[in-house]
Amino acid sequence: MNEVLTLHMGWPEWLQLFLHYVVLSLLAVGGAITTAPDMHRYLVDEQHWLTDTQFNTAIAIAQASPGPNVLFVALMGLQIGLNNGGLMIGLMGALLTMLGILLPSTTLTYSAARWCHDNRQLRGVRAFKQGMAPLVPALLIATAWLLVSAYSNPVTDWPLWVTSAITTVIAWKTRTHLLLLLGLGGLLGWFGVI
Amino acid sequence: MQSEPDALAERPVPRSLSELFFSFTWLALQGFGGVLTVVQREMVEKKRWMSNEEFIEEWAVAQVLPGPNVINLALMFGGRHFGLRGALVSLAGIIAVPLLLVLVLAMMYAYFSSYPGVAGALRGMGAVAGGLIAATGFKLLKSLHKHPLGFRHCLALGLVCFVAVGLMRLPLVAVLLVLGGTGVALSYRKLAR
Repeated sequence: MNEVLTLHMGWPEWLQLFLHYVVLSLLAVGGAITTAPDMHRYLVDEQHWLTDTQFNTAIAIAQASPGPNVLFVALMGLQIGLNNGGLMIGLMGALLTMLGILLPSTTLTYSAARWCHDNRQLRGVRAFKQGMAPLVPALLIATAWLLVSAYSNPVTDWPLWVTSAITTVIAWKTRTHLLLLLGLGGLLGWFGVI
Repeated sequence: MQSEPDALAERPVPRSLSELFFSFTWLALQGFGGVLTVVQREMVEKKRWMSNEEFIEEWAVAQVLPGPNVINLALMFGGRHFGLRGALVSLAGIIAVPLLLVLVLAMMYAYFSSYPGVAGALRGMGAVAGGLIAATGFKLLKSLHKHPLGFRHCLALGLVCFVAVGLMRLPLVAVLLVLGGTGVALSYRKLAR
């Protein structure tokens, strides 16, 4: 925001950007967001294609909008394109980065999942799936914990923690529509209640 | 997994590629701050396309493979029912409309970021999103009652995992290797009988 970047990237640089995402795609065990620190290193510190603020804004907007978290990658591509001076370049950047982050991992997943399904009676495959299963609820609760503990000031942030706790119980024990809960949270936040 | 044949016979399945596309689009659009909560709610509880046990096992695979978990899950599910076409349609469903939306939002952001209400609403929705994710985790604990290792051992593994990832913030890859490896080795022995 405060700092404006003007870039003139040529095809070799766009290719580098694409290839960087191709590599990250295969390293993104546990979701694309786990590779965000490396994206920051490359895009902001090394290549100076994005400013710090632009990088953080891309993640914040993607978190706040519906859809898979991986869309923050598209916003980085968009911003790099906009830094090169145009909306069309921005859209091309968004497509390029999304393609890079998705193509390798989806190809691998599709083949691996098929193999696992075709061999689902094998002891190794069953042991693998069942052995990982106990970690799944724990990882979800840990993710929630990380999201909420980002608000770390007890004096001002306790209403947020209470909101999260109440939401947990409501969503766990009832079948209240999730959008209704999110809408309520948004309203309470808008009017400064929490 | 042993009861899969009869479980599949009575369970609803997606009837067409367009149903697959719109189901994934609809669930992606409900997912703020991550889609996983909604996936469990829609696919297991509403559509009953999967049981909680199947969901947790598929998700474990989706989690271990690289790439966004929810997208991996959609790919695997679509591929299971309609082959490669199904996988591509599920992928398009979960990505296309949300991608357009997020691009529009990003371009609008510059105009609206100065309203104090906007930042507050994001805070409030973030707190709710955290609660929703935790609730999904607690709901899925129930499915571990049928686990071959026994509920208590599963809880112990889960607890260590929570401490490692949530409190100590260790790298996920290492945690999955060590704890997941332990779980897999124990299950492997148990399945041998």
